[in-house]
Amino acid sequence: MALTPARLRASDLLRLGGYGLQSRPLRAVLSALGIAIGIAAMTAVVGISSSSRADLDRELAALGTNLLTVTPGQTMFGDEATLPDSSVTMIKRIGPVQSATATGLVPSTPVYRTDKIPPGETGGLSVLAATPDLLGTVGGELARGSWLNAKYPTVVLGATAARRLGNVPTVWINGRWWTVTGVLKPVPLAPELDQSVLVGWDSAAAYLGFDGHPTTVYTRSADAFVEAVRRVLAPTANPSSPDEVKVSKPSEALAARRATNDTFTALMLGLGAVALLVGGIGVANTMVISVLERRAEIGLRRSLGATRGQIRTQFVTESLLLSLLGGAAGVLLGYLVTGLYAVTQHWPTVVPAWVLLGGVGATLVIGAVAGLYPAIRAARLAPTEALVTA
Amino acid sequence: MTTGDVTVLAQKGTAVIELAGVTKAYPGGVTAVRSVDLAVEYGELVAIVGPSGSGKSTMLHLIGTLDRPTHGSVRIDGHDVATLTDRQLSALRAGRIGFVFQQFHLAPGRTAIANVADGLLYSGVRRKEREWRAEAALVRVGLGDRLTHRPHQLSGGERQRVAIARAVAGDPAVLLADEPTGNLDSVSGAGVVELLRELNEAGTTVLVITHDHEIAGSLPRQVPMRDGQVV
Repeated sequence: MALTPARLRASDLLRLGGYGLQSRPLRAVLSALGIAIGIAAMTAVVGISSSSRADLDRELAALGTNLLTVTPGQTMFGDEATLPDSSVTMIKRIGPVQSATATGLVPSTPVYRTDKIPPGETGGLSVLAATPDLLGTVGGELARGSWLNAKYPTVVLGATAARRLGNVPTVWINGRWWTVTGVLKPVPLAPELDQSVLVGWDSAAAYLGFDGHPTTVYTRSADAFVEAVRRVLAPTANPSSPDEVKVSKPSEALAARRATNDTFTALMLGLGAVALLVGGIGVANTMVISVLERRAEIGLRRSLGATRGQIRTQFVTESLLLSLLGGAAGVLLGYLVTGLYAVTQHWPTVVPAWVLLGGVGATLVIGAVAGLYPAIRAARLAPTEALVTA
Repeated sequence: MTTGDVTVLAQKGTAVIELAGVTKAYPGGVTAVRSVDLAVEYGELVAIVGPSGSGKSTMLHLIGTLDRPTHGSVRIDGHDVATLTDRQLSALRAGRIGFVFQQFHLAPGRTAIANVADGLLYSGVRRKEREWRAEAALVRVGLGDRLTHRPHQLSGGERQRVAIARAVAGDPAVLLADEPTGNLDSVSGAGVVELLRELNEAGTTVLVITHDHEIAGSLPRQVPMRDGQVV
């Protein structure tokens, strides 16, 4: 006659694991806490970095990634090169180019709040000559006031320049009062404008001795042709010496600046992993102690007909439940932390699904690994020994 | 249980417990049980009696298939223990052997029904069925009004009755009681012995292990032990 042990149903096994944890709730909560902190840290780190990236994507989508800038590089002999006066006109002739505009640096022209400021205390602001279509091309907006008036000596202040000069109605440039007609908001794709004082192209020539050479050309082109345009920009801007032209894509620089946070993310992720490891050791420790304390229960269950395998499975299930409890709490906590941080930064809250699934999956692996050794010890216990020492 | 019932029929009239030349020696030279022959028929009520150190606990472990003999053969319900694997012994205990311990071994914080139902956990009975049979077993031992009490709400005698209910809920071929009155006052102890007697009258084979000659004397058959041998 065959004697075959009955299988434990999954529902019975889960209930069995649950009783083990319920009998010592404080210990269960504390050892699950270790796992929870580790998972929460990792979820929050990945979540915050994804939220930041989502925000960048959103920002770039709003700004557009089709802006290219052309600046003079250096000549073969290491001198500062210049762009030909005709470069803007030439660039506008490239087929996919939608708009092109330029600013020209007016060199050695300090800007003062008033005529009482001693010469030399300039505040590091530069004067740029601009054409009326600048804002449309770089995606700039006025914080207040109006754009340049072509006829009169007026200026528009970049955001940083306005902060340094204060709320002044006029500024003193080259022995003359200039009326401030407007102030710009920060321009993310052309941050050099923030620190500048913009004057009309013709006013710059008339009052400041501006030579008319563009120093930066901004151009927008159809999205599909940005790379094609990029390749031909240098020879178009300066056909005689294309090597003396630098072409860059500000949206890439913006993305690169944000990407430097990646090392920090990796570091935090490593810390989270350490916390998780410590949490796993905590669970293993709890299970070892639990097996030692519950020798009588193990002996009783063996006498009731539990096989070694069923004792082993019971303790592994308990360990899995314990770490899953921590993992679920950790994922939740990490999500909340991400949400809170994202809200304060005005970011969208993005926690990738793989993090949530990975977090739970990692805790299952930890639970299994942490529980296996104690469970094997429990199963190896001789029933007589377990009953006698009780 | 059906296969078990077939066994009962097949083995009726023969011994449920059959020990032949059983010796149990532990590493280190201690011989707890020496050349014991013992046969217990189905339906008997037997006391193994002896002072501490006489080897009666080892007898319990051997008969309960919790341990294997060094020499000799142990047959329980027709199964030769020596030929069975650990898994098969577990199945044998789950279906055919009920244990009652001196320390009760009840799970604290769980109701009488839950404790008794746990006794059927390893015999493949569904949860509802387990609870239903646990309730019936508790009624049988006179605890019909204590179903949802937890161990700390019960007296010692009641706790031991819960343990007995757990042992008989699966309708085992043999009930092994190890000093069942050891932790009880004399009144509760007498009640427990009376319960074992009732269960025996209803058909269960009961083997009581005790050091108490008074209790042993009140049972139909005594197997006295001393220094690991039946005397």
